[in-house]
Amino acid sequence: MTIAASQQPGTRFVSPALVGVATLLVALLIMELLIQLNFISRFIVPPPSEIVASFGRVIVEEHVFSRFLLTLGECLMAGVMLTVFGIAGGVLMHRVKLLQQACETWVAAMAAAPLVLAYPLFMVIFGRNAWTIIMMGFFAALPPVILKTVEGMASTRKVLVNVGRSFNLTPAQQFWKIMFPAALPTIFVGVRLGLIFALINIVGVEFLINYGGLGQLINDLAERYDLAGTYAAICFVILVSVLFFMALEKTERWLRPID
Amino acid sequence: MATTDRLTRTAAPEPLVSPVTLLRIAIILAVLAIWEFLAHSGLLYRDVVPSLLAIGKALFDLLSHGDYYFNLGVTAAEIGTALLIGGVSGIAVGILLGANRFLSKAFEGYLYYLGPTPKIIFFPIMIMWFGVGPGSKIALGTLSCFFPVALSVAAGMRQIDKVLIRVGKSFRASTWQMITKIYLPAMRHPIINGIRLGLGVALIGTLLAETKLSNKGIGFLIINAYSTFDMPRMYAMLIVLFVLAIGANALVGRFGGLEGIKRT
Repeated sequence: MTIAASQQPGTRFVSPALVGVATLLVALLIMELLIQLNFISRFIVPPPSEIVASFGRVIVEEHVFSRFLLTLGECLMAGVMLTVFGIAGGVLMHRVKLLQQACETWVAAMAAAPLVLAYPLFMVIFGRNAWTIIMMGFFAALPPVILKTVEGMASTRKVLVNVGRSFNLTPAQQFWKIMFPAALPTIFVGVRLGLIFALINIVGVEFLINYGGLGQLINDLAERYDLAGTYAAICFVILVSVLFFMALEKTERWLRPID
Repeated sequence: MATTDRLTRTAAPEPLVSPVTLLRIAIILAVLAIWEFLAHSGLLYRDVVPSLLAIGKALFDLLSHGDYYFNLGVTAAEIGTALLIGGVSGIAVGILLGANRFLSKAFEGYLYYLGPTPKIIFFPIMIMWFGVGPGSKIALGTLSCFFPVALSVAAGMRQIDKVLIRVGKSFRASTWQMITKIYLPAMRHPIINGIRLGLGVALIGTLLAETKLSNKGIGFLIINAYSTFDMPRMYAMLIVLFVLAIGANALVGRFGGLEGIKRT
C-alpha cells in the first residue's frame, strides 16, 4: 500500500465518488438493520429512516428557513465587521512597520487562544442576544483576516509597486490601484478562513446560550428529547455549513484563477 | 606638518530598550489604564469591568486554591485522552487516505467538508452515547481533534519524497516497516502540525462541552463563575486558560521543530 501502488487494478472502472456514496448508504443501511433488530437501542440512536422522515416535520414545524436566515444574518454581520476591521487592521499594521513588529505575534497568539470560551463574558457585556453571538463570531474570526491582509500586502510584487512609482501615483492611488488589487486574493483567503471561524462560533454559541437560529434549534430539539428531530437538525446544519464552505471556495477560485 | 586622525564611522549606540519593546509596553499600559478608567467610571454595569486589583486578587485566590488544580487536572485528562484517541485514529486514517489515491478520492472530500463544521452541535448525541460524565467531553474532543490530524497527515503523506518510498521498497520493507521507518519519520512536521491544530480544537470542544453540561473541569468553573456573577474570578480563569492554551500550542510547535520551518 504505497503511493505508487495507489491505483488498484480492480478499481480502475469504479468511480471513487460512487464508492464514497455507496459506502455511506451501506453504513446507514447496516445502522438501520442493527436498530430494527434491537442490537442498538432506538432511544439512543434513532433509525436513519426515522431521521429522514422527520426532515419535513423539522423544516415546517420548527421554522427552519427563518432560523437559517437569522444565522445567516448574524454571519453576514460578523463577516462585514471582520472584513472592514480586519482589513483595516492589516493595512495599518503593514503601513506602520513598528506596529507590525510589536503586534503581529500578539495577533497570531490571539488566533491560537480559545476565544470562544469567553462567551459567558460576552453575555455579561452584551446580554443574551444576537450581539453576543455576532461579537463572538467577529472576535474569534478577526486574527486570520488581519494576518492574511498583512501577508498579502507584503507579498505585492516589487515590479507592480515600481510601475506605480513610475506613473507618479499618489500614496492613495498606489494603495487602491496597485497594492490592494494585488493583495486581494490573499486577503480573501483570510476572509474565507474568518467566515468559516465566524460560522463555527456563531452556530456553537447559538447552541450554548440557546438563542438565535440553527444552533438553538438543535438545543431545543435535544431538550425535548426529540431524537430523530435532533439528528435531522444536525444533518441540516452540516449541510448548510458544507454549502457555505463550497460557496466560499468557489469565490476564492474565481478570485485567483491561476492557482 | 599637521596630521589628522583617521576618520572612522562609529556605530550608533544600541538603544537600551528597542522601539518595538517600548511600543509594546506603551500599548499594554494604555490598555490597562483604559481598563482601570472604565472600572471606576460607572459607564458600564458594576463588575462587568472589575478593577485590575480585583482581578489580580481573584487570580491569586484561584492559583492558591487546590480545587482549581483538581478541575484543571480533570480537563487536562479529558483533553489528553481526546488528543490520544483522535490523534492516533487521525494518523491511521490520514496514512490510509494519503497512501491510496482511490480511497482519498472516495472519502477525503467528506473529511474535508466535515472538518470545519461546528462540532459542539454533536454534543447532544455524545451525551446520549457516552452519558453526562467525562466520556461525552472526551468524545467531543476526539471528534474535534480527528479531522485536522487526518487531513494534515493525508496531505503530508502525499508530499513524502518518492525516493524515500523507493528506498523502502528496494529493501523489501513490510507495510508496518514502511509506516514506522519511512512514512512516520518523513511526516513528522505534518503530524505535529495536525496535532497542534487538533490540540486547539480538542481544547475548545472539551471546554465548551464542560460549559454546557458538567459538574467538574475548567469549563464548569467558568460557567459557574458566570452563574454567580463572580466576574473577577471569570476574568482570572480566562486569563489562565488563554495563557495555558497559547503556551501548549507553542510547546507542541517547538517540540515538533515547527519554528525552524520556513513559512511560505
